Amino acid sequence: MAIVQDRSQRAGAVGRYAALGLGTLLFLIPFYLLVRNALMRDVDLTAPDWYWLPPHWQWSNLAGVFDDPAVPMGRALLNSVAISVVQTAGVLVLSGLAGYGLARIPYRFANAVFYTITATLLIPAAVTFVPSFVLVSSLGWVSTLRGLIVPGLFQALATFLFRQFFLSFPKEIEEAAQIDGLSYWGVFWRVVVPNSAGFAAAIGTITFIGSWNAFLWPLVIGRDPDSWTVQIALSTYLTAQKVDLAQLFMAALVAILPLLLMFLFLQRWIVEGVERTGIAGD
Amino acid sequence: MFVGPFVLGLVVFIYVPIIWSAYLSFFSAYNTVTPTTFVGFGNYLDMVRDPAFRSSLGTFLVFAAFIVPTTFVLSLGTALLVSRTRVMQAFFRSVFFLPVACSYVVAALIWKMSIFSGVRFGLANTILGWLGRDPVPFLSLTHPPWYWLVIVTARLWLQIGFYMILFLAALQRISPTLYEAAAIDGARGWQVFRWITLPQLRPTSTAVILLLLINAFQAFDEFFNILSTFGTYPPYARPPLVYLYYTALGQGQDFGHGSAGAVILTLIIAIVAVVQGRLTGIGRAVD
Repeated sequence: MAIVQDRSQRAGAVGRYAALGLGTLLFLIPFYLLVRNALMRDVDLTAPDWYWLPPHWQWSNLAGVFDDPAVPMGRALLNSVAISVVQTAGVLVLSGLAGYGLARIPYRFANAVFYTITATLLIPAAVTFVPSFVLVSSLGWVSTLRGLIVPGLFQALATFLFRQFFLSFPKEIEEAAQIDGLSYWGVFWRVVVPNSAGFAAAIGTITFIGSWNAFLWPLVIGRDPDSWTVQIALSTYLTAQKVDLAQLFMAALVAILPLLLMFLFLQRWIVEGVERTGIAGD
Repeated sequence: MFVGPFVLGLVVFIYVPIIWSAYLSFFSAYNTVTPTTFVGFGNYLDMVRDPAFRSSLGTFLVFAAFIVPTTFVLSLGTALLVSRTRVMQAFFRSVFFLPVACSYVVAALIWKMSIFSGVRFGLANTILGWLGRDPVPFLSLTHPPWYWLVIVTARLWLQIGFYMILFLAALQRISPTLYEAAAIDGARGWQVFRWITLPQLRPTSTAVILLLLINAFQAFDEFFNILSTFGTYPPYARPPLVYLYYTALGQGQDFGHGSAGAVILTLIIAIVAVVQGRLTGIGRAVD
């Protein structure tokens, strides 16, 4: 009996690893193609013969990405960095403060404010891009960094998650600090913030990824090339005129490199961020 | 001082646009956001009568009917496989999670130009060539609609890892004593999954389905980047947001119809979310 079970368990394990191995292969193929194509010459890439590795390693594609006058990749990278950094910092400060206020500070319209915030949880921002465009264009913010950054600063989900997090924060520490004479403001910055670094890192990494990869809003607002993000620059490359394919792949590699590095070093926080944002209602 | 700045921003950048848009939707508003020609429900009637708008909702339904269950099953399956591995668990988890860091634009680029490229050098056509088949023009053919294969595989690759993480976290929360009790009762394999694992995952499963539906409703990036060529988008396979993009921000900047469309879509998504929230109790967690 025990032997039979052992054998079927071993067969199960072999099946599991075979399935995972196949999945791994399928999931890594796109990355392999991205890197291979980025380092090929365009003629080899579009040749009818298949090459597993570039027959000529074309490292100059990297420099070429930044030389192309039609698609300002350098500028686009700077824009993306600026937008993602400011948006991440802004969301953390605004939602952190608001979440703390909602969780801890009693005041008259607290309930009304809470429902004002959570009502927008139901409506994804992408669905309201036409109304947002109407507003931003009448402010004269089309093709500006302001127009790209500011509307993305007010994330109801992040605020809601911060509120939930602060509700579970041990109240005794804060009360002790208040007895020592600190105001809510002082308690927040000196006691709560230093003890929330992990949670902020989780929300921050997820916000950064979303901001870096955003497409629809930058497409709507980034009308002139100076305000393009990397995603828009890539998309313009991809959907427009005939281009040097190898160089296009190198540009894509450059565009995801910051996130892949982040992934290597901050995976723990990204996973936690996904868990937190994925199941807000759980 | 705490909540104020956030709520102010939320009102200015979410509520004001939605209300303004509801107002615009009753006007004829070409290239203007301060229109004067009141048309009542005209824009709404036009939208409902417009075959292109209805077909965009149809496109969403077809897309959602496939992508929601498929992503659900594959990400749950992956989570189950990964959770039962002892050796290299962290490695497998990272591999499936890695595409989460990728953008839809980059995935679209790889899918369109390298995997499903219609010419010989694409990976899929290279493999078909090894099997002695002719190359398939995956993106320019509408019968059969191979472009769906391109679109859904890209989305699966991008999304499975995200939901796998959610299922993994939920699987870890299931108490081992439940499994022990089931083992003592003689339950094995499928029975354990059917009567222990699946019921315990219910809160996560309902949240995942809601998220998948909302995400499918918002589909834009991969459709836009995979299907449009030389700046033009084919008349088929336009999900709601793509349709709305070309209506409101295309040649004419038709904000009247665009706003009516946005209001309709917002209502649809809000109704879906509320109904699902009522059915599953997601909203109750708020209190």
